[in-house]
Amino acid sequence: MVTRKIEILVGLFLLSGLAAFLVLVFNVANVDVKTGQSQYTLYAKFSNIGGLKVRSPVKVGGVVVGRVKAITLDEQSLLPVVEMTIDTQYNQFPETSSLSILTSGLLGEQFLGLTPGFYDEDIAMLVDGDRIDDTHSALVLEDLIGQFLYSVKSKDD
Amino acid sequence: MSLIDHIANLGRNAIALVAGFGRAGLMLWGAIARVPNLAKGTPLLIRQLYVVGVQSMVIILVSGLFIGMVLALQGYNILVGFGTEDSLGPMVALSLLRELGPVVTALLFAGRAGSALTAEIGLMKSTEQLSSLEMMAVDPLRQIIAPRFWAGVISLPLLALMFTAVGIYGGHLVGVEWKGIDSGSFWSILQSSVEWRQDIVNCLIKSTVFAVVVTWIALYRGYQVIPNPEGISKATTQTVVQSSLAVLALDFLLTAMMFGS
Repeated sequence: MVTRKIEILVGLFLLSGLAAFLVLVFNVANVDVKTGQSQYTLYAKFSNIGGLKVRSPVKVGGVVVGRVKAITLDEQSLLPVVEMTIDTQYNQFPETSSLSILTSGLLGEQFLGLTPGFYDEDIAMLVDGDRIDDTHSALVLEDLIGQFLYSVKSKDD
Repeated sequence: MSLIDHIANLGRNAIALVAGFGRAGLMLWGAIARVPNLAKGTPLLIRQLYVVGVQSMVIILVSGLFIGMVLALQGYNILVGFGTEDSLGPMVALSLLRELGPVVTALLFAGRAGSALTAEIGLMKSTEQLSSLEMMAVDPLRQIIAPRFWAGVISLPLLALMFTAVGIYGGHLVGVEWKGIDSGSFWSILQSSVEWRQDIVNCLIKSTVFAVVVTWIALYRGYQVIPNPEGISKATTQTVVQSSLAVLALDFLLTAMMFGS
């Protein structure tokens, strides 16, 4: 016969399994639960996105305001188009804002840095579906080295 | 003549192997391919969850903690040479989630619970308890095998999750508390590199597959025991050896399927 003590212990066992699962999902994988918090979508075209990936963060002064949702190649211009979702609580970015692809640390992951632009009466706020035109592409190390070598060489001549 | 003997030997072994797979399949089919009787089955299942799951918890949690700590310490020593000790978090978390969690838990489970299942059922078989059950019109497959099988299949994934979670905190303990990595960067880099579908779901799939295989082998070895003391000891050894080999081989297959491309 199953005693009460065994039932309690088995219940605790199942609960601790569930607790481990929740720890892994929310603390380790950091799955975002959609808590009814709405988001809006922005687009930006770059000439080179470097190592930017889907789910890379979009940061304003280091604060994560959204994430990269999709990266596609524009069929006409053959330039990468980055689609990002921004939390609606951050909806006060003027149209003059600029985007750049930055790297955290020397060898760290890449993220999108959003720099809010100036604002006056003629300038609207960014809304869902807007495109940010002022973009700065990723610094590719090989290109930098190439430029550096080229400048050293031209000085020698 | 001796060549013919060798060929016959090979054939006999092959037939025995295939027959063994067939008998193991029939045993499992007879045990689980029925409509479960919840009122009668639940107490049996709880009893087995206690034996198979709760009693394995201590060894799993302690091993998880130590493996996480050792991983962090060794990883730190290597990573610090490149100045990238901040990446310790993903290193510990990904190796635990993708490989060590499911595999080491399954190996420990085979040693802790699988061998016990084999010995228990083997002794029941040797003392003809299984035959007596059958004479009392109780199906031993449903009464004895089915609850143990389900208990194993439920317990092992849960144990693997606990192992992994405790291991990550063990890694945190060594990396952050002892070696002085910044706690914020440990967690944030870890969180940005662990993915729900790629890592956690695959961890669960792996440990469920291992659970079925390990429990199945343990039950079959007990059920097919040669009814004497030597037979039981041999069956117990075979359980541990065969399920460990099966886990390691399947792990490679599953990893190649999940992360190969």
